[in-house]
Amino acid sequence: MIVPYGDVLLLAIILFLLGAVCSISRRNLLMILIGVEIMLNAAGLAFVAASLKWSLLDGQAFVLFIFAAAASEVAVGLALIVYSQRRTGSLNADRYDSMKG
Amino acid sequence: MTLYAVIFYVLAVVILASTLLAIIQRQVIHAVVYLIVSFFATGLLFYLLGAPFLAALEVIIYAGAIMVLFLFIVMTVRAESGEDKGEIYHWLPAVVLAIISFFVGGVLIFKIPGSKMSLNTGMASPATFGQFLFKNYWFPVEIASFLLLIGLVGALYLGRQESKKESEDRR
Repeated sequence: MIVPYGDVLLLAIILFLLGAVCSISRRNLLMILIGVEIMLNAAGLAFVAASLKWSLLDGQAFVLFIFAAAASEVAVGLALIVYSQRRTGSLNADRYDSMKG
Repeated sequence: MTLYAVIFYVLAVVILASTLLAIIQRQVIHAVVYLIVSFFATGLLFYLLGAPFLAALEVIIYAGAIMVLFLFIVMTVRAESGEDKGEIYHWLPAVVLAIISFFVGGVLIFKIPGSKMSLNTGMASPATFGQFLFKNYWFPVEIASFLLLIGLVGALYLGRQESKKESEDRR
């Protein structure tokens, strides 16, 4: 007996919302990407708990695919960040205003 | 309250505290170090919830590869000047939206019937998991490997040097 499923889900929700707050409110591109990573991790936690609750391995399989997506996403994202830093000389998302948006 | 429950709550407190500390750091490098702690604790939680293979992957991929990649990028790019003043109007809408969704999600969770039942312990050995994965999900595994290849090529393409001459000289 570990804990009710709801407790794990609550932890995953709080973790996801922390990542979302980080993504929305920070201006640094690296912190935005870190927020996305936290959100992906929270989703994986919910999947693992669901896999235990219904004793089906499908949830764990999905976490493996989430890991693959997160790894390739962070590789491309960091390359984009380095690229845009080289072009504009800034990591601040507010400075990217050359289109006068 | 069993020992497993105590372990779960301790790990939950560690995860939440280190993640909260990570997202309020001014310096990205401090945030990354706090996140490594958070991902280690998440790996332990995966082990507790019966996924030892994913626990190992969490430590290797998240705490190892991804966070080290972040550290390298933080050390490579130039430091910011006058970044993130942390004005309250940046944080306020995000925090308000998060609190609203938290309450809606909490109500939703605890209205589900059977949410009071405790989870049983269980463990899926890596061999079982691998057999299940390649029996039922062989095609998504191929797609995931393709995705990783595309990520590699994309990162190489974006990260190459600006001037054509330089890359031709290197050849």
